[in-house]
Amino acid sequence: MSKVKSLADLRKMKDELQSKVHLREQSDNPEKLVQVKVSMATCGIASGAKEIMNYMIDEMDNQAIEALVTQTGCMGFCHAEPTIEVTLPNNAPIVYGHVDQKRAEEIINKYIIRGELVDGIIPVNYETVKENKND
Amino acid sequence: MAKYKNHVLVCGGTGCRASQGEEIVQNLNQVIEENGIENDVQVVRTGCFGFCEKGPVVKMVPDNTFYVQVKPEDATEIVKEHLVKGRQVERLLFTDPETKERISESKDMGFYKKQIRIALRNCGFINPENIDEYIAREGYAALGKALTEMKPEEVIKEILDSGLRGRGGGGFPTGLKWELTRKVEADQKYVVCNADEGDPGAFMDRSILEGDPHAVLEAMAINGYCTGASIGLIYIRAEYPLAIERLKIAIEQAREYGLLGKDIMGTGFDFDVEMRYGAGAFVCGEETSLIHSMEGLRGEPTVKPPFPSESGYKGKPTNVNNVETYANIPVILLEGAKWFSSIGTEKSKGTKVFALAGKVNNVGLIEVPMGTTLREVIFDIGGGIKDGKGFKAVQTGGPSGGCLTEKHLDIPIDYDNLLACGSMMGSGGMIVMDEDDCMVSMAKFYLDFTVEESCGKCAPCRIGNKRLYEMLDKITEGKGTEEDLGHLRNLSNVIKDTSLCGLGQTSPNPVLSTMENFWDEYVAHVKEDKCPAGQCKSLMQYVISEETCVGCTLCSRVCPVDAITGDKKAPHIINQETCIKCGACYDKCKFAAISIQ
Repeated sequence: MSKVKSLADLRKMKDELQSKVHLREQSDNPEKLVQVKVSMATCGIASGAKEIMNYMIDEMDNQAIEALVTQTGCMGFCHAEPTIEVTLPNNAPIVYGHVDQKRAEEIINKYIIRGELVDGIIPVNYETVKENKND
Repeated sequence: MAKYKNHVLVCGGTGCRASQGEEIVQNLNQVIEENGIENDVQVVRTGCFGFCEKGPVVKMVPDNTFYVQVKPEDATEIVKEHLVKGRQVERLLFTDPETKERISESKDMGFYKKQIRIALRNCGFINPENIDEYIAREGYAALGKALTEMKPEEVIKEILDSGLRGRGGGGFPTGLKWELTRKVEADQKYVVCNADEGDPGAFMDRSILEGDPHAVLEAMAINGYCTGASIGLIYIRAEYPLAIERLKIAIEQAREYGLLGKDIMGTGFDFDVEMRYGAGAFVCGEETSLIHSMEGLRGEPTVKPPFPSESGYKGKPTNVNNVETYANIPVILLEGAKWFSSIGTEKSKGTKVFALAGKVNNVGLIEVPMGTTLREVIFDIGGGIKDGKGFKAVQTGGPSGGCLTEKHLDIPIDYDNLLACGSMMGSGGMIVMDEDDCMVSMAKFYLDFTVEESCGKCAPCRIGNKRLYEMLDKITEGKGTEEDLGHLRNLSNVIKDTSLCGLGQTSPNPVLSTMENFWDEYVAHVKEDKCPAGQCKSLMQYVISEETCVGCTLCSRVCPVDAITGDKKAPHIINQETCIKCGACYDKCKFAAISIQ
């Protein structure tokens, strides 16, 4: 690494390096960000969830969307893998099934950016323990 | 640069490393490689998370799962379950002591809820051995801003306006100290970082240096720019090897990047930092002693004035600040004095780091805004007293401070309030005591420390403290008289008034404050030959109740000195002459037949 020759240099360097710790910074207040959970159980991975996760991370990075992409366990929709759950700030989570690269692109461009629903929504058919308790 | 999907943050503070933190990192890396996900997951060693009670701590990012008390052999499960399958390892989650529920995110834990982290902002977040991560968190931006956009006077004004006061204990306004050093004309000036943390039970500075060494280097350079110094010296005790190691790495990296050395960021400003090692004498935390020690002389204080700002290291103007004070500087410059002064109380701004120790559930490192009450610190963050016992007192300010009791619990903590209560802020050690702790013994413990650490230069401290200790010893042995209590108080006041430096001027504080708050306990020791807390061995005896004892013989079998006699199925008796009061019988008795009297 070359020497820092000026404040402008340092700022440039900071911007380049930021991505390195960005993930950790974001994780402190996830409710303000777009959260994407990718179902990564055996079934999901076999259907290509890993590639979808990589694609989502790269694509949202390219478009400078502040998002938190995490992997999670089996959501139970093994019939519709790869599945992802997208939570926009102040919105209920929405689960999309059969997500291939094309649909992922659509989800980013339409749902995440503009809030328009796209095909492939799986209605959630269960409550989680946490929600139950709040009632 | 590689982009990782998951970061595994492993605490690399001294506490967690001592409980096999390093093996955890090795095992994690190995299992990650075995599973072929080394390109997706990055394992990072960080500074102290502050939750030392439940260490070693491992935090998973981005989902923010917080694992506690992790063992090296847990690495396989963490990788296979959490990273590969995305399932939390339930048994490693933190269990809330009150609700008994498992909590997965650190922000939901009482321990972190009330804290604001300024000085500890990067501890447990970045890898302290990697300057890139510090720069990514706006590291050295404050130095750049100061050098290119501000005059030294403007920087000092910002610090003055922020209301920052010395975090080493005295609470002197930091901006004023800088201004005093700046005003003196000299061909050479020095910036010194006081990392000689000596209070028993305190480890704030060590954790900052281990977790975020660059913050201190950056602040020292800013100080150099303001005061006109080109050399910085860090005085650190040699018994902090990990902090020294990380500082060395940090200095090396900063030089490589041109952030220390000649012509920093093309502004013509030169600054470099060197290390000086101390042998761990308590008195060397006092700034004149510290400077003498750095000069190779005996660590003894000299009369002030002249203050170090006029004549310090090698007779040149020297600015001495504590580690935590420096750690606050870069943030103040970046966020502004207004922001900083919005936190805290009227006369004490910002936050304070405390090392919480003693009989609390969550022992660890915490940072709270000034004005937080002791109750919040001990019960909300500290999780209350261990084993459901009753709270008795808390010692702040280490051997120089005093104890605070039940009636002080709701007082907002700041410099002035603590002084008004007969204690002091000190560097931030906080030792919590429960109903089983004898306050006379506690005062004796601190005096024992002071006697050991007194440099011996002035008579009140050298001889006076020794006499105080002897009187306290006499009282805990049950040989004290009422007269002794009067002597104790008089001598304490004389030592306070006549000692040369801060060590002697404050050393009787534990005696005076315990006498003030727990007078009855002193009286019980000398008048009734009793220790109400049951801690002073000479004043108590173990007695077996004739009614409750069933004669199981267990106690006589565990007694190491054969002091217990009695036939099977008949009440036993303890021979008080032979008994060494080890308590083995008391612990073993299944019928609660043995009591302390």
